[in-house]
Amino acid sequence: MLRTLTRAGAAGLALLAPVAAFAQEAAEAAAPVPNPGNNAWMMTSTILVLLMILPGLALFYGGLTRSKNMLSTMTQVGATAALAMLIWVMWGYSLAFGDTTYDGTLGLFVSGGSYFLTGMDAASTAATFTDEVISKYVFVSFQMTFAAITAALILGATAERMKFNAVMAFVPLWLTIVYFPIAHMVWAGGGLLFEDGALDFAGGTVVHINAGVSGLVLAYLLGKRKGYPAEPMPPHSMTLTMVGTGLLWVGWFGFNAGSALEADGSAGLAMINTFVATAAGALTWMVIERAAGHKGSALGFCSGVIAGLVAVTPAAGNSGPFGAILLGILASAVCYFAVAKAKAKFGYDDSLDAFGIHGIGGIVGAIGTAVVYQPFLGGPGDGSTALSAQLGVQVFSVVVTIAWAGIGTLLAGGLVKALIGLRVSEETEFDGLDIGEHGERAYN
Amino acid sequence: MKFIIAVIKPFKLDEVREALGSIGVAGMTVSEVKGFGRQKGQTEIYRGAEYSTNMLPKVKLEIAASDDLAPQVVETIQQAASTDAIGDGKIFVLDLASATRIRTGETGDTAL
Repeated sequence: MLRTLTRAGAAGLALLAPVAAFAQEAAEAAAPVPNPGNNAWMMTSTILVLLMILPGLALFYGGLTRSKNMLSTMTQVGATAALAMLIWVMWGYSLAFGDTTYDGTLGLFVSGGSYFLTGMDAASTAATFTDEVISKYVFVSFQMTFAAITAALILGATAERMKFNAVMAFVPLWLTIVYFPIAHMVWAGGGLLFEDGALDFAGGTVVHINAGVSGLVLAYLLGKRKGYPAEPMPPHSMTLTMVGTGLLWVGWFGFNAGSALEADGSAGLAMINTFVATAAGALTWMVIERAAGHKGSALGFCSGVIAGLVAVTPAAGNSGPFGAILLGILASAVCYFAVAKAKAKFGYDDSLDAFGIHGIGGIVGAIGTAVVYQPFLGGPGDGSTALSAQLGVQVFSVVVTIAWAGIGTLLAGGLVKALIGLRVSEETEFDGLDIGEHGERAYN
Repeated sequence: MKFIIAVIKPFKLDEVREALGSIGVAGMTVSEVKGFGRQKGQTEIYRGAEYSTNMLPKVKLEIAASDDLAPQVVETIQQAASTDAIGDGKIFVLDLASATRIRTGETGDTAL
């Protein structure tokens, strides 16, 4: 829609000033050049997302584990991200955003061409949401960090018991079967959910529901940790979890405001939403703790921050600031009940609540985006899509993502389980994965 | 002679030490200890999951006192360490067979 408006504006201008017409024709013939401001912001955003992974997510997850699993958790996050980056440039980018688009059913799920980034050089550009372009290598890198963090997020559900080589075998399979097709479906022209009109600004479905559901399925394939839930397994360092949370929040601005693909007003909207939804989520979790008769806790604060961030991700540029606050409050409350009540009731061992916060928060955010998008809540939508219609589209995108992630992870995880096994030995699990899998200790 | 062992709340240590100094107690041994009594422990809650810690940190005082001074020591500790809340601690009094000052070899009350 933005694209159409800008083009109409440019045409109007040309009519009013016929003298400039020749110059404009000449300009149209030349290849578009990225605006350095946009490029600079996108490069910054890309690095901010890297900040979310290493050290953000590594510290956040690491602090939540027992001290004997601190390093293994951080190493899995780091190595997963590194592996995802290499796979992204080999075939991931092609399958998600490649230059070759397929007609018919195949085109709904993947694209092709551009394998090993062929046909790309420093002058190549990628389209944004207006007539601007950014450098293609920047776009490829930006999207690369999304693939990397999504794969790493899953590890929160499997922490403290999954073999390192099983992680390294699972990640390429999972990215290929699950992540690249979902990214294509939601974000690429011709993709199933993109064409359906699904709103996902920065990855509510692609990143959070996807990672959360995949984590839950993998946790089911792995089984519960030895001693869970009878033995106490409290986080070993709330300090580091708090540091990780801070880095995640900071990095998330790259994630959300970067998803505008330009340093424009839409990025500014995503920025303010990322502030206020998160603030609302953080305080809501602490208020609920008090209402439940406990003390407002540091982990409650951190959990609320993540719940707010997750929920505002699909809505970042698709909501007004007060819609974002509502979304943060709602997601934090729902995630609290998922983590504190539902998890205990159903008895699954989602070690660090990857599903409880990313999966559930993502679902609340994706569906809620239909509501906060509407102009009556200050959203940027023009009201041309009725609330009920948009709700239908959002629910459909959530269902497709859950099904695709669930079945795909069952396949990828099942294959790894059959070939090399997913779980460490009982002895390694007891001694901790730091020593058992990496031969190091986090603390001496 | 009596040997007095008192287990008190850590934050009360300074008050107890001051009070004992004012009645003429010349020395004591202090250690940080963990244990439980009727207070049982405390509960930690992480994202809704409860973990109970059944050992709580306390401070243990060991004081040797003459038979005359001992009742006063017990009373002083009791008053200075009390907060009227559960977990204030306990005082034990034992008979002390002998005491020797290492530097001089003095024994009995004079060694205290």
